Amino acid sequence: MDWFFQQLINGLGLGAIYALIALGYTMVYGVLRFINFAHSDVLMLGAFTAFYIAPKIEKLSGSQSALGCIMVFILAAAVCAIIGMLIERLAYRPLRNRPKLTVLITAIGVSLLIEFTAQNEKVFGAAPQPFPQLLPEHALHWGALVVSSNDVLTVSVTTVLLVAMWWIVQKTRIGTAMRAVSYNQQAAYLMGVPVDRIISFTFGLGSALAAIAGVLYAIKAPGIEPLMGVQPGLRAFVAAVLGGIGNLPGAVLGGVLLGLLETFAGGISGLSNYRDAIAFGILILILLLKPAGLLGRSSVEKV
Amino acid sequence: MNAPLLELEKATIQFGGLTAVSGLSFSIGEGELVGIIGPNGAGKTTAFNMITGVYQPTSGTIRFLGKNTLGVRPNRLAGAGIARTFQNIRLFRSLSVLDNIRVAARLHNGEGYFSALWRGKGWLKAEVETEKNALELLEIFNLADQRDELAISLPYGDQRRLEIVRALATRPRLLLLDEPAAGMNPAEKDDLMRLIRFVKDRYHLAVLLVEHDMKVVMGICQRIAVLEYGIKIAEGSPKEIQVHPKVIEAYLGAAAV
Amino acid sequence: MAFPGAKRWLLLGIALAILASYLSPQFNRYYLGVIIDVGIAIILATSLNLINGHTGQFSLGHAGFMAVGGFFSAWVSLHAGASVDAVWYFPLVLIAGGLLAAAVGLLVGVPSLRLRGDYLAIVTLGFGEIIRVVAQNTEAIGAASGLKGIPKLTNLGWTFGFAAISVYAISALVNSTYGRAFIAVHDDEIAAESNGIDTTRTKVIAFVTGAFFAGIAGGLYAHHKQFLSPTGFDWLKSIDIVVMVILGGMGRTAGVIAAAILLTLMPEFLREFSEYRMIIYALLIILLMLLRPAGLFAINLKRRRHS
Repeated sequence: MDWFFQQLINGLGLGAIYALIALGYTMVYGVLRFINFAHSDVLMLGAFTAFYIAPKIEKLSGSQSALGCIMVFILAAAVCAIIGMLIERLAYRPLRNRPKLTVLITAIGVSLLIEFTAQNEKVFGAAPQPFPQLLPEHALHWGALVVSSNDVLTVSVTTVLLVAMWWIVQKTRIGTAMRAVSYNQQAAYLMGVPVDRIISFTFGLGSALAAIAGVLYAIKAPGIEPLMGVQPGLRAFVAAVLGGIGNLPGAVLGGVLLGLLETFAGGISGLSNYRDAIAFGILILILLLKPAGLLGRSSVEKV
Repeated sequence: MNAPLLELEKATIQFGGLTAVSGLSFSIGEGELVGIIGPNGAGKTTAFNMITGVYQPTSGTIRFLGKNTLGVRPNRLAGAGIARTFQNIRLFRSLSVLDNIRVAARLHNGEGYFSALWRGKGWLKAEVETEKNALELLEIFNLADQRDELAISLPYGDQRRLEIVRALATRPRLLLLDEPAAGMNPAEKDDLMRLIRFVKDRYHLAVLLVEHDMKVVMGICQRIAVLEYGIKIAEGSPKEIQVHPKVIEAYLGAAAV
Repeated sequence: MAFPGAKRWLLLGIALAILASYLSPQFNRYYLGVIIDVGIAIILATSLNLINGHTGQFSLGHAGFMAVGGFFSAWVSLHAGASVDAVWYFPLVLIAGGLLAAAVGLLVGVPSLRLRGDYLAIVTLGFGEIIRVVAQNTEAIGAASGLKGIPKLTNLGWTFGFAAISVYAISALVNSTYGRAFIAVHDDEIAAESNGIDTTRTKVIAFVTGAFFAGIAGGLYAHHKQFLSPTGFDWLKSIDIVVMVILGGMGRTAGVIAAAILLTLMPEFLREFSEYRMIIYALLIILLMLLRPAGLFAINLKRRRHS
């Protein structure tokens, strides 16, 4: 029973990160109907931004202070928001009315460009580097259960951000505009919604979330390297599809479910080598059985 | 009288909570020319999509040549003799005029995967035959000169015509035309009416026509069914329909009655 | 008549391949290796062109089928011993690898081809990765360390012989009334269905045919490099093949062959900048999509796209 609860806690910690990344995939899909392959690389860039600015912040605010940690998160998010908007502006916007697959391939190209550039010795280099400790880590004991303070941090940051996202999308003017663009871009444009700016904003928001997820992921990971975003990015994509792509609560649900599933499967010997295959297996199963995802709605093609 | 070619019995289709077509009963016999009219959103095209197997009715039955078509895929129904055109012309955009016909004629080409790979004598004979038939069809409809042009590079009226020719190449017994006169000028509409009559007589087809243009419908249809909000509100000869109070109400509003 | 003597081209291709294999001892070993790489790339690109280009079903898992054919034929070769010397052995084991890849293609294709566009792309990518993970965990084919010491059986003759066959087979299919269905499905599935084409079946046939030739290419690759590692067949390899098809112009056989040659030779020319090679490659993909989405050679787009 303890084993079960321990896995549950670990799974939630992992799932929370997937959920954060999945939100970015889903929001971008919501407004543009395409899969932003470069999303996982923005996550990596977020981790590296934190890696480079954390020592500087430390000089200002002292070692492992809460304020410094918050500063690192905010700066990483801001830098990546700008990067995300730049990617959209330079690579995706010129392709707005082209076939989806053209955009998909471009996104793959952008992803490869970021990865290969980052791997260059003159940039980050391919070797993993230890990520600085932003906050002192404690292990909280609860009976036989051990909860890392990092998991608590992850889950609480994620919860706060999810509530913030929900608020932005449902309660603010710009959120209403995002929903309008998602529902019908043409009509939104005709109603005076500044479509370009909304899409840009969505990319910025999604990329900021990815950056925060990247920092959270880096805190837990043994080291950071240019391909660190690929695996969590992939899982998060699966999570977004699992929940119903384009659907915000769905992304969270999918992320948590996938985190739990993977943690439990990883705890079973023999299955752990197939972790990648499990994520893809789930993806394929959903797409074949319920392509609209758990919370999505299916649509009928008009003839 | 023979058993009808196509028979709809209380055919109903729902999308979510919306009933697009409700309890539609209706039939068409060999060689008949029947029109379906009704205001926008009345369910005319949806009825077409049910007949051709694109959508499955939620309840009720559709029989073609006496057989229930429930669950039969559109390509099978095309093979059985139902051909159609589309409201928003759907030609194969990267194929030539001739190849658009060849795709439809493939049903009667008879050659398969391995013979296409091997390219033996039998295959060549079948290919020559298919091409000859396709060209003859194009000849009849004055499209043979454009045989090598991309289908979508044709003028609009020719595209509409080509879509009808393509449907004919499947050798149907029932031809469904979805708003063939849409976007045509009066002269083109006259040509179209002649064309439809000609096609029906020459190929011994039954034709089912969805059309907004009253002149066309009244001019060529032997019988007309009127749909409103997915329900058939009237059926009869053009003369009967023109004076039918429910039809007038549907088109002009209650005040006109 | 619209039926060119395609078989003549096939015979010419095979004759050239045989001639080349007689001349091959004259060539520098390094160049010979590169030329064989080119031949294998031609098979991969033309076979994917049938799926992605002609039929319009965007697959991102072609490397998976290459892996199936490669690992199977390599495994057979490592166990077959003396019979490896026989002339008939190699083409037979290649075809066997191709057939196994085709069978896997059928298993993958039947469920996934119901999906469209980017969903199909993702699912095929997923299947490709699953094939790789399974290979990585299968002891019989060396698990993560792969297979070593595969006999060197691939030569110019077999490579270009099979390249000629795959180019012929795919052009012959597409340029028949039977095969116009592939293009009809590409253009408009609903219109294709209503004109009597079984779209699901057509897509699966394209997929299985493409997988077959990818499997053969995998076998040639295995007996060329003499070493196989599962990581060599990850989705980046699939992307490489996709880029060849896009660069050549989807559905244009000649363009796709030219792109396969160009992209295989490119790294050789960029040897001096090897540090930046992959960055240039990624930039090339983006620029290609932005500036020439219909392919590098798309000049007379209006006429006969599929020939």
